[in-house]
Amino acid sequence: MEKLILYMNYPFVRYALIVGVLIALCSSLLGVSLVLKRYSYIGDGLSHVAFGGIAIASVANLSNRMTVVLPVTVISAILLLRTGHNAKVKGDAAIAMISVGALAFGYLIMNVFGSSSNLTGDVCTTLFGSTSILTLTMTDVWLCIIMSVLVVAAYIFLYNRIFAVTFDENFARASGTKVDFYNLLIAIVTAVIIVLAMNLVGSLLISALIIFPALSAMRLFTSFRGVTVFSAIFSVICALLGIIVSILAGTPVGSTIVATDALGFALCCATSFGKRRLA
Amino acid sequence: MKLLTVSNLTLGYDNRAVMENVNFEVNEGDYLCIVGENGSGKSTLMKTLLGLCEPLSGEIQYENGICKSEIGYLPQQTIVQKDFPASVKEIVLSGCQSKHGLKPFYGKKEKATALANMEKLGISDLADRCYRELSGGQQQRVLLARALCAAGKILLLDEPVAGLDPQITMQMYELISSLNKEGMTIIMISHDIYGALGNASHILHMGEKATFATREDFVKSDIGKLYISYEQLCERRVV
Repeated sequence: MEKLILYMNYPFVRYALIVGVLIALCSSLLGVSLVLKRYSYIGDGLSHVAFGGIAIASVANLSNRMTVVLPVTVISAILLLRTGHNAKVKGDAAIAMISVGALAFGYLIMNVFGSSSNLTGDVCTTLFGSTSILTLTMTDVWLCIIMSVLVVAAYIFLYNRIFAVTFDENFARASGTKVDFYNLLIAIVTAVIIVLAMNLVGSLLISALIIFPALSAMRLFTSFRGVTVFSAIFSVICALLGIIVSILAGTPVGSTIVATDALGFALCCATSFGKRRLA
Repeated sequence: MKLLTVSNLTLGYDNRAVMENVNFEVNEGDYLCIVGENGSGKSTLMKTLLGLCEPLSGEIQYENGICKSEIGYLPQQTIVQKDFPASVKEIVLSGCQSKHGLKPFYGKKEKATALANMEKLGISDLADRCYRELSGGQQQRVLLARALCAAGKILLLDEPVAGLDPQITMQMYELISSLNKEGMTIIMISHDIYGALGNASHILHMGEKATFATREDFVKSDIGKLYISYEQLCERRVV
């Protein structure tokens, strides 16, 4: 405990906690919709696209990687989510294709044109998240706070419409809801969150932040509101615990958070099983 | 009062015509049943009526001020819905979506509408139950209640009895028929022509070509006779 209080005095630890919790919150909100729309793997796919973007940016020696990564990821997200069920290449196959393609090209580019002496280290960092969550600057933190406030506010404001679009796209469209617009919005927000979250858990583990909270909540709750609220709480608690444990035990941040999420999911499964046994 | 006129409509997708020259009209209080073989374009017609598909040519005209937000639609169930965690109340309320404009949350009026429609379909005791735990017939009633929340004058039903057992099917038909008697205009797709013939006022048969007739005329027509004798044959075999 004393050790924790000592660490809390460092601003970088506080920054990491704030950013971690906010990203976990946003990704869990979107996760409910994505999992139900059968797009669980989009987090994985898009983060690999972002990895490809980072590879290009670092080879081109751009000082601000975001200028490449964000547009590339957003465009991929729009392509993946908008084509939806009418696409020639169906959802899961399209995600798999883009995901491995971007991964391969990213690594290839880094390998052939890269100037870094520590290539394996660089790649490993982007894939599994880095310690860069502990080296956040004030600007990063503010950017993240503003983004999160926007996402959460938009989610609450559009909650009923997101429900309608997720539950039944055709009905929503038939009764005059602008389904395409909301799908586009969900795609863009997903891409932005994924790019932000890459710092936290890295591109291989990002799906965990999207899937685990939603799946855990679905074990226990039967209403959409219940699932949404619980998955947000679940995600925030797991992110907090994960970051604290990783600081105290010196474990990698990303994998510790994901491990906490997995444990939480197991706990929810056990609870739901127990409840059914008792009932 | 005329609500809908369809003239010289060509249905299809990707520029491939499925059915040409569809003509019919629907008046207030009508019960139109669309029957026909698989792949004859029944669902495409319904999607075109709803504006989910573009017609290849021809015209669909809603009259007397019917707009999109006044049409109730009961779609076929999707895989996504089978394990969707949502309460009955939430789903029925989502039918009010189109009516409450840009307001972010549902008000008293929408909640009252939802409650009244659940009452009407006899599912108010299920309000807090989870949709995925309901039986097929109950789920269909929930989706019908949602459609009623959106419907002002017209209800479009896409195979409302698909996958239901005979007894529940009968109940569903009675329910739809009672809605029709209360003044709701019904356009329904059905595979089951026998059940359809019982209550419908008009039939649109989609086979080689689309033929539109009143129920009486349809029964007398060659196709109608064919269908009915086949149904009676099945009936006898069952008995």
